[in-house]
Amino acid sequence: MRYLPLTENDRTKMLARVGASSINDLFVDVPDAAVLDGPIHDLPNHASELAVERHMAKLASENSVAGNAPFFLGAGAYRHHVPASVDHIIQRGEFLTAYTPYQPEIAQGTLQMLFEFQTQVARLFGCDVANASMYDGSTACWEAIVMARRITRRGKALLSSGLHPHYVSVCQTMARFTKDDLRVSHPDFSGATDYDALIDQIDSDTSCIVVQYPDILGRIDDMTRLAERAAEHKALLIAVVTEPVALGAIKSPGEMGADIVVGEGQSIGVGLQFGGPYVGLFGCKQKYVRQMPGRLCGETVDADGERGYVLTLSTREQHIRREKATSNICTNSGLCALAFSVHMTLLGEAGLRRLAAVNHAMAVKTAERLEQIDGVSLVNDRFFNEFTVHLGRDARDIIRTLADRGILGGVSLGRLYPDAEELADGLVVAVTETTTDEDIEALAAGLEQALKEIAA
Amino acid sequence: MSMNSVGRQTTPQGSATDSAPSTATGNRALMLKEPLIFESGAYDRTGVDIPDAPEVKSRLGGLERDTVIGLPGLAEGETVRHYTRLSRQNYAIDLGLFPLGSCTMKHNPRLNEKVARMPGFADIHPLQPIHSVQGALRVIHELGEWLKKLTNMPAVSMSPKAGAHGELCGVLAIRSALEARGDAREVILVPTSAHGTNPATAAFAGYKVEDIPATEEGRVDLEALKARLGPDVAGVMITNPNTCGLFERDMKAISDAVHEAGGFVYCDGANFNAIVGRVRPGDLGVDAMHINLHKTFSTPHGGGGPGSGPVVFSEALAPFAPLPFVEEGDDGLLHIIEEETAQEHHDQSFGRMVAFHGQMGMFTRALTYMLSHGADGLRQVAEDAVLNANYVLRAMEDLIDAPFAGAGPCMHEALFSDDNFAEGFSTLDLAKGLIDEGFHPMTVFFPLVVHGAMLVEPTETESKAALDQFILAFRAVAERAIAGDESLKSAPHHAPLKRLDETQAARKPVLVWSDPEPQAEAAE
Repeated sequence: MRYLPLTENDRTKMLARVGASSINDLFVDVPDAAVLDGPIHDLPNHASELAVERHMAKLASENSVAGNAPFFLGAGAYRHHVPASVDHIIQRGEFLTAYTPYQPEIAQGTLQMLFEFQTQVARLFGCDVANASMYDGSTACWEAIVMARRITRRGKALLSSGLHPHYVSVCQTMARFTKDDLRVSHPDFSGATDYDALIDQIDSDTSCIVVQYPDILGRIDDMTRLAERAAEHKALLIAVVTEPVALGAIKSPGEMGADIVVGEGQSIGVGLQFGGPYVGLFGCKQKYVRQMPGRLCGETVDADGERGYVLTLSTREQHIRREKATSNICTNSGLCALAFSVHMTLLGEAGLRRLAAVNHAMAVKTAERLEQIDGVSLVNDRFFNEFTVHLGRDARDIIRTLADRGILGGVSLGRLYPDAEELADGLVVAVTETTTDEDIEALAAGLEQALKEIAA
Repeated sequence: MSMNSVGRQTTPQGSATDSAPSTATGNRALMLKEPLIFESGAYDRTGVDIPDAPEVKSRLGGLERDTVIGLPGLAEGETVRHYTRLSRQNYAIDLGLFPLGSCTMKHNPRLNEKVARMPGFADIHPLQPIHSVQGALRVIHELGEWLKKLTNMPAVSMSPKAGAHGELCGVLAIRSALEARGDAREVILVPTSAHGTNPATAAFAGYKVEDIPATEEGRVDLEALKARLGPDVAGVMITNPNTCGLFERDMKAISDAVHEAGGFVYCDGANFNAIVGRVRPGDLGVDAMHINLHKTFSTPHGGGGPGSGPVVFSEALAPFAPLPFVEEGDDGLLHIIEEETAQEHHDQSFGRMVAFHGQMGMFTRALTYMLSHGADGLRQVAEDAVLNANYVLRAMEDLIDAPFAGAGPCMHEALFSDDNFAEGFSTLDLAKGLIDEGFHPMTVFFPLVVHGAMLVEPTETESKAALDQFILAFRAVAERAIAGDESLKSAPHHAPLKRLDETQAARKPVLVWSDPEPQAEAAE
């Protein structure tokens, strides 16, 4: 039990000091019916570092590692190269093992980092302000809808058909209990997003319109007109970004008039990790700042007048307002926010733009190559690093065949929309700077062959 | 020295201590001032070499960025230096005792970090074909089995992203179960000794919240609770051990009464490390409980998260657990039950709470920790956590007020109050004094049931020597607060910064950096 420093001798001395004859004296308040008199027998006892490491390494070996295969999965989680310094910095004990910065005089490292993170996110999104992170993109998306309800005092939210179906699921789950009225629909294989359909639905009950950019099929569109129409009806435009690298190449949602921008920050600094932990990004216009959920870090001065940082506006939070709190969020994703911020600092504007350019160019190359294959048609006119192809048959079968040959070929729309047969032929393909020309060729060859075999 | 000094200083002053001379830079030997990246970085500087993009015809469709984003870059070495300098202004568990009650900060084994970074766990995509991620699903499954056995609860949901998110999961399951039987109840009862997230969660899930008072002993008032139960009460949220550091002796009676009245019992399991291996909440009639993996099973807190809050369920609530979850098939393969497969057998699930499968990176860490400690070690964890807390309680109670010291042993944390401090001295002064002594302060102002509360949680990974040192400092600072030592009111004197003005920060929030030029223009 290498983590426990007390020796039997210590325990004896301490029990005497406490005035207890045995450790059981300290558990007297536990009712007899609930007392366990020994360790739970069908769980193993403690094990050495070597034994545990071997066990976990064996489990790890049973997974196909993304980096070992031609890899084209996206749909809300992206494989990017993370510079070695990012992991080095987040493993420094003073960051890794610090708590929430409740005592600002001895937490300036975390606080200044959060202030920098907030600024980076706000600028990337084109927002006035941003918070110090949320759990992930999907929960941040729901929090944005709730925030729009608080601001507009209306309960109807229009969700674009291009919003990630899992994000839609999360919002639907919550809305069932809060009685928010969500309007949702499935995407279709048209090259443009559904802004006109959304505009038609805006009325005086609408609290917000939620659009993803780029959307689940990888499509991008100018949302300026949508923002204008929303504003005319005093509804808010919420933009959701699941691939923030895209904003190194394309206009930010804030520039196009979005009121609230939320996002998944995993792409920058945080690895795939089978879905978590990720980092939720949340920005908005200045006038809504007091309605924003989550932790905020603000600038102030100390008793000598020196600049410093503190957590602020905590009167919105659960530990003060209890049932009147803006949200119940308590923990954020501080360490993932640090990873995001360090990676962003390493990139800088110049690096982010180059990274985005490489992502886009490799995606265009991939799309052009796949278009040449018989039976494959490209759905998107405009995209960043992810696009959808129509295969003319259930993409799930193709994915399986490709996986058997060591190619992780994309995300089938059938997996994302199990109840929409008309989408089953769609395959969402994501490409990043980690994709090589050989990977593209492997995917193209594999796809060609799989289509032939399944047709035969 | 004035506490009311205001005005932004852009030039460091370098007044290290009252007697030490200023330095030209504001630096103090190894403690270095660090500007913001926005002040030292440049938009054309980068710390990453990225190859030229191949020439292609753009498909961005006229949406190209044509403005400056405003993201400064640093070269790689500058980046490492910037964050390393910042890190040195942080207190952390790796530097010393972190006695935050109701928060739990303990040693974070580095094996956990090593395992979480194995490419087989770190570099896999949440939507990969399920046969290509069997090892990852095995981790989720194994961890879930541990949690079920440790709590004696039949079902578990792994998806909640944090403790408060787990609370939400539990309350939504309660609401779903009630709706399934056509019983629309509107009220959740929350004792005043519960975590502040509990009432916020119940409200966020659409419930009305009513408080239940604590007894003079600091426990839930069973009679008051019973008197309030009725056909409109959906459930009760109890923190056990509670935030006064006490075990809810009447837990079984509470559960029985709530069940009798047709409601459900939610238990906030944030303090599970005090009872793990010695008490199983399932034996006390609990219907749902979240477990903060980052507290009981040691995943690093990282300055505010990520956390992870799996929830265990009773038979009654199990069918309503959220998607997705992992199930072992007849073929021996593990499957992810999500929207596609749930329709057949799990149509009562209340739905999805997060985009993917929860906090895989936390699961690997928690399972690694469990295997390292084993069943015997986890039981010892609870015993040592409780022993350490009682050791601190008994070492202090002759000097400062300990409101519930007579109510029986404390569990993982010891509660004190500022009752006998000199007029005008608060727990905050004591907290800032402890900073000068080289300790992170305990939790102050919480729980709300005690005025001037101070909640100390040493945890099981502190040695007797470390506790003795902490007690020495705690007693010394408490004596100054009792004696009315004025210098305590301006503490800390030896931290990187003096006491920070939180009122100004809230009154005129400055949440992002803005370039000084436009600011100067605005001032004219």
